[in-house]
Amino acid sequence: MAELIAKSPARGLTPVEAGGVTLTEAPMGPIWAVMPYRGKGAALSAALEAAHGLGFPAPGLLAETGDARIAWSGLDQAFLMGVMPDRALAAHAALTDQSDAWTHLVLEGAAVRDVLARWMPVELSPSACPPGSARRSLVGHMTALVLHPGGDRFEILVFRSMAATAIHELTRSMRAVAARREL
Amino acid sequence: MQIPCPICGARDLREFTPKGHASYLDRPAEDADAQAWNDYLHLRENPAGDTRELWYHGAGCGAWLVVERNTVTHAVKGATLAREMRDAG
Repeated sequence: MAELIAKSPARGLTPVEAGGVTLTEAPMGPIWAVMPYRGKGAALSAALEAAHGLGFPAPGLLAETGDARIAWSGLDQAFLMGVMPDRALAAHAALTDQSDAWTHLVLEGAAVRDVLARWMPVELSPSACPPGSARRSLVGHMTALVLHPGGDRFEILVFRSMAATAIHELTRSMRAVAARREL
Repeated sequence: MQIPCPICGARDLREFTPKGHASYLDRPAEDADAQAWNDYLHLRENPAGDTRELWYHGAGCGAWLVVERNTVTHAVKGATLAREMRDAG
């Protein structure tokens, strides 16, 4: 079988740095959508806990242990990231491999909330968006999943085809925030 | 304008798309006559005041909501998951 070369969505477009904020691409890893069948939410959460040490997340939450992370990603949907889903989950939930469908960017730095505030209509202050948060919202016109594991780090997932637009828009706002600080 | 999504909390209007009056939930039976389907598809109340509408939280959690709002004052009074209205019969 041919060995195919994985090409990451943001290859050649990152890293970008401005005003102490850096934009990089997260290493490509497994991303699986886990969508419980009707009435199977509790059984799925128990199976997730047994297999991966993580229950099904409540809306707006991100949890991680070891290499595995689970992020709430919509109504009755979570993304299991970093590991392959255990086969036992398939009895309780629809599982789809979305690993190469997303651009996974990492934005870090003291001014990260100012940078995102220029594009996102959602509150990201530490009180409204504490460590361990996951938000579905917009970045400009793009629907996005934004993860906040903690500190000054936010991870932005947009559809793979939107990598260049996301990086362009985030870079513009990184530069604008940096410019204002120099005034 | 913000809509209080039962899943996500109060969110900006930009994340939502309106569908129309909540009577879209009252779908006629498959064997209903043509008049019932005509009424379902084309006849809408257009109230000046309180109304109930379907909105889609497409740029958020993806839920369909029944939003109660006032067309005169633009006040949004609340939102419920459409599937809860369906399950309640």
